[in-house]
Amino acid sequence: MTKELHRPLPRSWWLRKATYFQFMIRELTSLAVLAYTGLMIWALLSSSSDAADFPEFFDFLTGPLSVWLHMIVLALALFHTGTWIALTPKVLVLWRDDERVEPDVIAGANATLFLVISGAVWWLVMG
Amino acid sequence: MPDQVLEVFRYLPDSEAESRFDKYEVTYRDNWVVLDALNHIKEHLDPTLSFRWSCRMGVCGSCGMMVNGEPALTCETFVRDYDTETIKIEPLTHFPVVRDLVINMDDFMEKLPTVSPWLIRDQDDDPGEGEYRQTPAQVAHYKRFSMCINCMLCYSACPVYGLDATFIGPAALALAERYNLDSRDEGHADRADVVTAHEGIWECTYVGACTEVCPKDVDPAGAIQMLKLSYALDWAKGFVMPKGAES
Repeated sequence: MTKELHRPLPRSWWLRKATYFQFMIRELTSLAVLAYTGLMIWALLSSSSDAADFPEFFDFLTGPLSVWLHMIVLALALFHTGTWIALTPKVLVLWRDDERVEPDVIAGANATLFLVISGAVWWLVMG
Repeated sequence: MPDQVLEVFRYLPDSEAESRFDKYEVTYRDNWVVLDALNHIKEHLDPTLSFRWSCRMGVCGSCGMMVNGEPALTCETFVRDYDTETIKIEPLTHFPVVRDLVINMDDFMEKLPTVSPWLIRDQDDDPGEGEYRQTPAQVAHYKRFSMCINCMLCYSACPVYGLDATFIGPAALALAERYNLDSRDEGHADRADVVTAHEGIWECTYVGACTEVCPKDVDPAGAIQMLKLSYALDWAKGFVMPKGAES
């Protein structure tokens, strides 16, 4: 039997192709979403009635470091959200008789819904 | 007629332990595909070069190779479309190389039947009762997933398969969805064990490269995401209504 040649994938495989790189960026941006979830939990714990460290947390929240972090996390979270909205037509395949509803229509509807809900939350909090 | 240099992967296990690249300069015609150039090399420059091909028209799926690092059917990839100094030809990645551009496809061939890619019926009907009829709308639901020619370009593009060869892979899973969506099929539950196993749909992280390279626009990545949704809904129904799911 002839000896077969095996060529394992190098560690740098994700740098070989734009699609792979975008995939890695999408996965890494989920860490930003995770980090912000952690911040929210910290906020909830700090604002509970018997917590003593709320002033400390509030100081951190209003500091320039926090503002910069929020801006970075917002950008990463928006990118992450966009990738999943773009995915929705792959999962949600709708048919009108024997014609498939255009993927752009489904993604557009999801994007619109996301913007409307985000706007409503903004209005409730800031309005 | 213009010239082009082809840099071709060589692996001759009987005489050499290591692989290498050989360069061949060919004078090509405007209508030449990469496969024509390889056949020219074999016929006129180096008869020892080995590669697979058959139909020359994008149907058999046997001439898939890496062309400048991208999985492609060499019978529909034109030499004239490359303005690079050389065109680099390699065997499909993620598969063991048997010789030169020939890969061992046993793993794929073993995985394909595990998803039961045929019509499953709860009860076999009497052939005398006639054919199973479908409307154009019912055909449209699964048709795009039925266009697969088993060329394995999607496996070569998939880094998940490259990192973990136990993954059933894009083409086989797309075929499972093709039958699940077929109105004549009743095998959705029968395929669940294989499709929802760790090596099945949940291994897919949706890189999406399989869909990009598919020469028949099958969209395996989409098929896998649809499978995830349908089997997750089955699980949720079984969780909420265990008795209903059994019946």
